[in-house]
Amino acid sequence: MEYKTKKKIKKITQHLVLGTFTLIMLYPLVWMLGSSFKESSEVFVDAHAIFPESWKFSNYVEGWEGFAGITFTTFYKNTFIIVIISTVGSIFSSALIAYGFARIPFRGKKLWFVIMMLTMMLPFEMTMIPQYIMFNWFGWIDTYLPLILPTFFGIPFFIFLIMQFIRTIPKELDQAARIDGCNTFSIFTRIILPLVVPALMTSAIFSFYWRWDDFMAPLIYLQTPEKYPVSLALKLFSDPEAVTNWGAMFAMTSLSLLPIIVIFFIFQRYIVEGISTSGLKG
Amino acid sequence: MKQINDETSPLEKTLKSNQKGPKFNFKRTKKKKMESGYENGMGYLFISPFIIGTVALTLFPILYSLYLSFNEANLVGGNTWIGLGNYKEMFTSDPMFWKAMEVTFLYAGTAVPIRLVFALLVALALNKVVEMVGVYRTLLYLPSIVGGSIGVSIMWRQLFGNDGAFNGVLSSVGLPTHSWLGDPGTAIWTLVVLYGWQFGSSMLIFLAGLRNIPRTYYEASEVDGARPIQQFFKITVPMLTPVILFNTIMQVIQGFMAFTPSFVITNGGPMNSTLLYVLYMYKQAFQFFSMGYASALAWVMLLIIAIFTALIFKSSERWVHYDN
Repeated sequence: MEYKTKKKIKKITQHLVLGTFTLIMLYPLVWMLGSSFKESSEVFVDAHAIFPESWKFSNYVEGWEGFAGITFTTFYKNTFIIVIISTVGSIFSSALIAYGFARIPFRGKKLWFVIMMLTMMLPFEMTMIPQYIMFNWFGWIDTYLPLILPTFFGIPFFIFLIMQFIRTIPKELDQAARIDGCNTFSIFTRIILPLVVPALMTSAIFSFYWRWDDFMAPLIYLQTPEKYPVSLALKLFSDPEAVTNWGAMFAMTSLSLLPIIVIFFIFQRYIVEGISTSGLKG
Repeated sequence: MKQINDETSPLEKTLKSNQKGPKFNFKRTKKKKMESGYENGMGYLFISPFIIGTVALTLFPILYSLYLSFNEANLVGGNTWIGLGNYKEMFTSDPMFWKAMEVTFLYAGTAVPIRLVFALLVALALNKVVEMVGVYRTLLYLPSIVGGSIGVSIMWRQLFGNDGAFNGVLSSVGLPTHSWLGDPGTAIWTLVVLYGWQFGSSMLIFLAGLRNIPRTYYEASEVDGARPIQQFFKITVPMLTPVILFNTIMQVIQGFMAFTPSFVITNGGPMNSTLLYVLYMYKQAFQFFSMGYASALAWVMLLIIAIFTALIFKSSERWVHYDN
């Protein structure tokens, strides 16, 4: 009896501490969402309040109008073009490369694998300047090519993740397929690809996140506001010197996080597994 | 390297190589037997996108950047070879370079440990709780999943602004408010807190590591009379060290490379107190168009990261424990 109550008290304390901590961590996000429904005049009075005095839903409509005559319809469309093309490109190429590394013995494989692990740790910022000069030679500045094309050569993180997955598939399957007359490529498309769908999903979700959040590449490559993705547009839209409608700014900022959060809640399992097994950064 | 005996049949070889499981293991028997010309070709065909991409988008750029760093270069005109000029200028007559170094080391040196310690503590707490772990895990991971987004940086700027929520909370409980972003002494800390706040993905990796520690270790030590504290330092920590190593390396690189927060929240100010290295590099390259100087900056940072990674790896021989 006493042991039971003791256990119960311990449990309640645990949840109390963890729950409070979680609420504090989430406060900034909830506060931002709340502020997106506030009147601009209310944003700075009682700034920390979560709920607005009166709910102003029209912030979202006003914010959507964007700036310089370009609405957020354009910015979201641009983002989706970049995100979808580069995600498809990176997933397919990464799967192809992963299969080559995981299943085919060839000379120099070890060397290329080491190179891949090194490029995985090499930050984009280190090659940014020469890449910019190179794309400038090609006349690709202010196009989406510098943002999309590099993803078609495989993303080391995804290659690694898919490789780990392919290794769990018994090699006997490949051999059986070969006896049945499959060549290397059709083993890849018919046997391996269908079996690594979970790894492809995880890669696709992370690709979506990284492209959606990508800020630095659009910042240096895109010049025409009509071509801006949401991330870059939001930066201009929210410049403290230019903003007058604070409610609308909060509305568009909150909205830009919505796709990330929705995808997170739908595909949580893949994300958690992806991070836990390969240490992908979120 | 242990070679598999030559007498074993091909089937046995495959079986043996299968038993090795998911590891980086490219041990082969006789090279020439295994790699037929066909397979060599196929292998290179499959990884060809990677090879093309690496040569064109990594190897060439990184070498070109090395060349540029010895030049006075801009986007339109030609390059003028100045030898070590850029490096000399950087180290001897550019106070901004030293400022950026100082800010970046302060930032990475505090933000990375804060995030890792936070992630570890929360993972340990979650590992103890039986009920609703999924809910806590999901909610605590949320800051991390949105954290890289520009929207969060914008929100942070408002949160710590003069009329922002943080000052609102302070004044509502009777504490003095402060110009967090306007004061060169505090601005960098708002960025550090933002980095620490996104501890979620490290937490998940730690949590997975904790789950992998066999329960029997704890049970056995309990029988031997170990107290929880002893269990923590003798079982939990040593078993987690490989995960800690991985997390540390990734986070150190990420910490040195931080850009968006300082660009959006403070743009390096006030008085360059938040001038992170990559922001300085960006300004040199894309605002002053000193491509040569910016490339030299990139190479110095690359060397610093390489040295740090090597040091962490080297030291890991002493503190990382591999179970098998």
